[in-house]
Amino acid sequence: MSRETQINSLIMVGFILVPLWAWMTDEPFIITLTTKAAILALAGIGLNIALGLGGLVSLGHAAFFGIGGYAMGILASHAQSYDPILETPFLIEGTKSMIVIWLVAMITSGLAALAIGALSLRTSGVYFIMITLAFGQMFFFFSISWPAYGGEDGLSIYVRNNFPGLNTLDPIQFYIIVFVIMALALFLTARLAKSPFGLALNAARQSATRVETIGLSTYGLRLLAFTLSGMITGLAGALFADLNRFVSPTMFSWQTSGEIIVFIILGGTARLFGPVVGAALFILLEHILGGLSDFWHIYLGLLLLLIVLFARGGIIGILAGREVAHD
Amino acid sequence: MTDPVLQTIGISKAFGALQASKNVTLDLQPGEIHALIGPNGAGKSTLIQQIAGNLRPDDGQVILAGENVTGLTTAQRARRGLARTFQISALAMEDTVLQNAILGALGASGKPWAFFGAALKRQDLRQAAETALARVGLSDHVATRTAELSHGQRRQLEVAVALTLKPKAFIMDEPMAGLGTEGSQQMTQLLHELRQEAPILLVEHDMDAVFALADRISVLVYGEIIATGSVDDIRRNPKVREAYLGEED
Ligand SMILES: Nc1ncnc2c1ncn2[C@@H]1O[C@H](COP(=O)(O)OP(=O)(O)OP(=O)(O)O)[C@@H](O)[C@H]1O
Ligand SMILES: [Mg+2]
Repeated sequence: MSRETQINSLIMVGFILVPLWAWMTDEPFIITLTTKAAILALAGIGLNIALGLGGLVSLGHAAFFGIGGYAMGILASHAQSYDPILETPFLIEGTKSMIVIWLVAMITSGLAALAIGALSLRTSGVYFIMITLAFGQMFFFFSISWPAYGGEDGLSIYVRNNFPGLNTLDPIQFYIIVFVIMALALFLTARLAKSPFGLALNAARQSATRVETIGLSTYGLRLLAFTLSGMITGLAGALFADLNRFVSPTMFSWQTSGEIIVFIILGGTARLFGPVVGAALFILLEHILGGLSDFWHIYLGLLLLLIVLFARGGIIGILAGREVAHD
Repeated sequence: MTDPVLQTIGISKAFGALQASKNVTLDLQPGEIHALIGPNGAGKSTLIQQIAGNLRPDDGQVILAGENVTGLTTAQRARRGLARTFQISALAMEDTVLQNAILGALGASGKPWAFFGAALKRQDLRQAAETALARVGLSDHVATRTAELSHGQRRQLEVAVALTLKPKAFIMDEPMAGLGTEGSQQMTQLLHELRQEAPILLVEHDMDAVFALADRISVLVYGEIIATGSVDDIRRNPKVREAYLGEED
């Protein structure tokens, strides 16, 4: 087992033991914090496919996070008011089923990522960052000015959505759902990174000319990566909304996009567990420092600066050293 | 003559006031090595970029196996059988030598949409990659990070990746640069065998290699082909001696 694999396993054990201990000592708030960290980690795992593997610095991933959130909000609000979303030409009703909501969240955020990616990937570098930011902002302003679903005030859902066989309002049971999804996403991205597709995507980041020269379209590779990336971040958005039983335009804000990038940089870009460590640390700092000072972001900024300047591999890089080439 | 595998017809390209290609017409016949020589800055690499599709010519056509590919992208030309190596290596530097070669084999398979199995465990890709690496003499370096290779070894890897493509035509931009005497000899031997598999348009400054290998030589000076012919023709050509080889006397 490589050093990085050992560290990754330890992190997973932490994500099991901390909520277990909180459950036994009856500390639901700690469970909720851990749930939040795991959901934000999932959003980061999504972005890491585009950013880490593909080298695509998207400052618009809040769009997908928000779409996932609103997919949950819209479906659940119609279900709780027994008011169909659409009656003609055919009936579409709301739902409180998590599984249906997840599917809708992933499909809609995937379609949005496909469209945004198709346009944005014609540019690169700073232009790519700016155009993804612009698309994110479009969604933000749209959500503010769309009164049907709460506009600026957002949308409240009174009861958490259903999952067969579980009581989702029990923090530990909801956490189990989130943890399993995060673990599954980690497993899939680990496979993806080593797959032929991952090899080509990663090579396109290092030398687009090389990949074109062997006959593959960098545009096609990146577009698919961006779409997968948006789908996972969208799923995270649906879970985040379910955790809070609330969605608002904040999920679409550019600060949200920035925070997801921060998780990745803190934890380690292109490291499988980078966003997991980053999100956990973010939540920890928010909880500890946020209690001491309203300006805790200053300390976060300082930490970020140190990492960018002295530890390009993030926390995982510091702990595990340079990534080893696997055979 | 038989039908050429690759052809340029009247290619011209200007960078501002600098005419980097002037009405360049040349072809590559099956089974041959066609060397393209010329002084530094003559426009050899620029011509190659236009053949491979990284640069659009202002005028003229590129014909690959009878098809006009002038409007196609680099990737489309590669899929139609064009393999190119770079004067300045374009490789995935963080990846290992084997990964770069497997990438080539993946490109040749045309099926990059495989998301689960590990690329390094794909026997078909791995075998094609290892065979190519053995042919260029990089078998001992499969697990080395590309960034840690010497310049000469990177050139060998460039050639290995081109080999994995099983192309209709090779275009090689200075594959011998940075190779020691032994490496050059090995590469010369490899190119010599390779012409049977696919013809090679070879840009090279190493004149020993060029004279040993070339079936035909074209001389490019200031973007213009001033002579094309056999090794002896070129050696005797007064214009060439004056413009290019003269400095050796
Ligand atoms: N993108 C570009 N923009 C402007 N000028 C360029 C560009 N690319 C090449 N040139 C110029 O075109 C001329 C031909 O360059 P090229 O690289 O094709 O020469 P070369 O024959 O390959 O030389 P060498 O033997 O040194 O590799 C040079 O004067 C070079 O400076
Ligand atoms: Mg050159």
